[in-house]
Amino acid sequence: MVTRDTLIDMLNKIAETIIENKEFLTDLDAAIGDGDHGINMDKGFRAVIEKLHGVKDKDCGSILKTTAMTLISTVGGASGPLYGTAFLKASIIAKEKMELESEDIIRMFDEGIKGIVMRGKAKRGEKTMLDSLIPAYEALKISIEGGDTLTQAFDKASKAAYDGVEYTKTIRATKGRASYLGNRSIGHQDPGATSSYLMIKSLANFLSN
Amino acid sequence: MVGIVIVSHSEKIAHGIVELCRQMARSEQRIEAAGGTEDGRIGTDSMKILEAVKKADDGDGVLIFVDMGSAIMSTELAIDLLDEDMRKRVLVADAPIVEGSIGAVVQASIGSSLKEVEAVAKKSKDISKI
Repeated sequence: MVTRDTLIDMLNKIAETIIENKEFLTDLDAAIGDGDHGINMDKGFRAVIEKLHGVKDKDCGSILKTTAMTLISTVGGASGPLYGTAFLKASIIAKEKMELESEDIIRMFDEGIKGIVMRGKAKRGEKTMLDSLIPAYEALKISIEGGDTLTQAFDKASKAAYDGVEYTKTIRATKGRASYLGNRSIGHQDPGATSSYLMIKSLANFLSN
Repeated sequence: MVGIVIVSHSEKIAHGIVELCRQMARSEQRIEAAGGTEDGRIGTDSMKILEAVKKADDGDGVLIFVDMGSAIMSTELAIDLLDEDMRKRVLVADAPIVEGSIGAVVQASIGSSLKEVEAVAKKSKDISKI
């Protein structure tokens, strides 16, 4: 179970991880995209940390909705509407809840991914964030349904997301700015898949401590 | 009169296209720019687009022109954030941003409907330059 306070800690942990990896994400994006992923995500998650102070006494849905709206209004690149939509969809599941069960987290993850699919008109295998998020979601769901704790489930999700990032090195981009490079995008890992993996890994680290 | 919104990653491009369109428009024609991010970076901002759409609408609807990539996603998200009533009279043009918007402004200025303005914008895809 995740309480409201833990949810805020988790979001802060995600934000700190993204900020720490600003240069790394920007370097990855400079290789195959427009080189702004790290800068945009850093900007967005710095704003999220600020805004979270104001929603400490709210329900989980409001906390996630605030996160979503902050990303939507500050990120600037494609990751703004994509991650923003994901958090917005997750906030609907968490609406008026003061704590989240593992089942809620599975549904939030599922709805978040559906939101990204809808917004980006993308699917798995196109060298996008979905290539780490979908395997992570599947691993999390199987793990929880098999009786694992949330900590164990996120550990497995993190490993699946990592494998997803590795897989993006082997495929050609067909979405976003990287698609202009065609086959030259092969060999590079996708920045969006990487930021998604970093978020999941930060949650796995947080829960295991 | 159908309002026009120009969404670009670059604030300068959005303002430049609005300027071009103005030459061809009646003075009461609403044309709004939504380019770049709030803090002046290259990018798109759903909130900025949302505000521009509201400003461009006089009740006859709004046609939005986008440049590429996240401009489309940010615009679709902005439309999702509109109230249901207004959402029905907002469309994204599947058209080149410069030629399309100029054609659309001329059509909108003579009082055509949103569907008619959209059709003119879409036709600009076939314009041959040389």
